[in-house]
Amino acid sequence: MSATAAKAVDALQGAFGGAILSTHEFRGEQTVVVAKDRIVEILRHCRDALDFDFLTDISSVDNLGSEPRFEMVYELYAMTTSQTHLRVKCTVAEDESMPTVTGIWPTADWHEREIYDMMGITFDGHPDLRRILMWDGYPFYPLRKDFPLAGRPSEMPDVAFTDTAPLAGGPFVTSPSSASTVHREPRSREMP
Amino acid sequence: MATTAAASPPFAYDSKIEGNIIFTRLDSAINWMRKNSLWPMPMGLACCAIELMATGASRFDISRFGAEVMRFSPRQSDVMIVAGTVTYKMALAVKRIWDQMPEPKWCIAMGACASSGGMYRSYAVLQGIDHLLPVDIYVSGCPPRPEALLEGLMRLQAKIEGEHSALAQFSLSAPTAEEAME
Repeated sequence: MSATAAKAVDALQGAFGGAILSTHEFRGEQTVVVAKDRIVEILRHCRDALDFDFLTDISSVDNLGSEPRFEMVYELYAMTTSQTHLRVKCTVAEDESMPTVTGIWPTADWHEREIYDMMGITFDGHPDLRRILMWDGYPFYPLRKDFPLAGRPSEMPDVAFTDTAPLAGGPFVTSPSSASTVHREPRSREMP
Repeated sequence: MATTAAASPPFAYDSKIEGNIIFTRLDSAINWMRKNSLWPMPMGLACCAIELMATGASRFDISRFGAEVMRFSPRQSDVMIVAGTVTYKMALAVKRIWDQMPEPKWCIAMGACASSGGMYRSYAVLQGIDHLLPVDIYVSGCPPRPEALLEGLMRLQAKIEGEHSALAQFSLSAPTAEEAME
């Protein structure tokens, strides 16, 4: 299984060379980090020439403090031929936007809307870039690292509102402990 | 005796009417009718709705308490059972449906999420439906078992029994504290 994915990685390196910034394998999972300005071209090549006909998911990572800040992760799957997975990553800065891949896989439409909603990354050429989970007009991007877990108050009269959630000493975390199961229960860091 | 009365009755006596007269207070009569015919608005929003459905099904049988007529129109409902996590996106829709229900109306917050936000201390979840509408009964549990919801329903019936329904119905002034004590 991973052999064919490794072949796909080799084929990508042969076809795009310098645009493939790095590759690595972890427990049979192949990951390719590519240059952002050629991402659409590379992903189209993955679908047309390498048979990755199914886009499983798109996700994004907020690496707050490092530059560029965000990372896009495309999970590809060759459903009809070799049943192999391939992960394609690229980085995007806070003031940049990503090109859309809805022209390659139509399912990218809602994935990109969710990333726009939660992380605030915009997609050039997207047919319908609206928020998908929160409402139009919500002022924040909740999955960014600098957004507090308890939320921030917001108000749109007659449409929606949010408030700060009382965390009561939380978030409650589990600490490794060799003591009793009582000590291993999730608890606030502020509690003794 | 019966045969002579039937032949020439000395005075009219209708046993059907005389036997069915009940003396009571108006409050008691109205409350008795209300509490035994609570039509729920099933506001099922999460896993509590599954327990709500179990409560309505044959094993637990909410119709034993007269609340089996689940209405999906707020205009026909008496009690809104908020069963599940109320997100901020859903919150004003719940409020709007509540506003469409005619008086008198009651609200049961079923489960931890509807009562307090539950384990969802986050940007997306309303921290208890009582931020938006008046709640009569809180049912604890995550989710509550059907017996717990039925207990909540019986508590609501007990609460309705104590209401001054007639005064509210005929727009009289509410009793003072001294009158209520009598």
